[in-house]
Amino acid sequence: MIGMAHFLTVAAIIFAIGLYGVLTKRTIIGILMSIELMLNAVNINLITFSHFITPEALTGQVFAIFTITVAAAEVAVGLAMVFRVYHDRNTVHAARLDEMHW
Amino acid sequence: MNELAYNAAFFIFAAITVASAIGVVTKNDLVHSALLLALCFIGVSGLYVLLQADFLAAVQILIYNGAIAIVFVLGTMLTRRSARHGTNDTEKNIPSRLVAVVSGLFVVVTLGVIATTPWHYFGEGVVEDTPSLIAQFILTDYMVAMEAAAVLLLAAMIGAIVLAKGVEE
Repeated sequence: MIGMAHFLTVAAIIFAIGLYGVLTKRTIIGILMSIELMLNAVNINLITFSHFITPEALTGQVFAIFTITVAAAEVAVGLAMVFRVYHDRNTVHAARLDEMHW
Repeated sequence: MNELAYNAAFFIFAAITVASAIGVVTKNDLVHSALLLALCFIGVSGLYVLLQADFLAAVQILIYNGAIAIVFVLGTMLTRRSARHGTNDTEKNIPSRLVAVVSGLFVVVTLGVIATTPWHYFGEGVVEDTPSLIAQFILTDYMVAMEAAAVLLLAAMIGAIVLAKGVEE
């Protein structure tokens, strides 16, 4: 029988994979992708709790919609910043972007 | 029979999601990572279907696969230098083994918390018409939050255009 623990386990594994990616990736785009993985893990958790703990209320699903909205805005602004940084500095490697102002 | 199919579907979607998520962080080419990210989003939307969140599964495919994954592929192609070495390497100065161990420990701790927390289940409530229920919630109880999200999206759109294109001075 698949219960809540199974879905939460999948979400925890995906979150840990995203955490690993955020800490080890070299380019900003790779780091942004890992952040997306972590946000997806959070969404799975929200919908799992909504399904198993408050099945009538759907509050978790509404919350997940707002999370998706914020994630979309974050990706748009993040990638625009990546383009800008690439245009100005000609690199997208996070380790080389160690100045706040140039 | 029904439950067997449900279990099989869960394990298939979970395997797709986890395997492609591992691929996203281990592949050396950013384009491969972006396409695997799209596959991972499809697996997650399958999990949403199993959780009876049909509207969110559709939203997941529309927004994550149709917009975010495509924007990632575009961003990868616009900022590509050369194919000499991998475009999505792991940083050399960071001890990736140690980070992997820490991430694994995170999973272990979370599993312990999941196993020991006394959850209060509320039985199997079957919700039939999630889109109209969600619409009622968003347009009544969460009206202010919805307006704030709309303003946030507008601000993000303007900000993204200004950042990417530059301002005429």
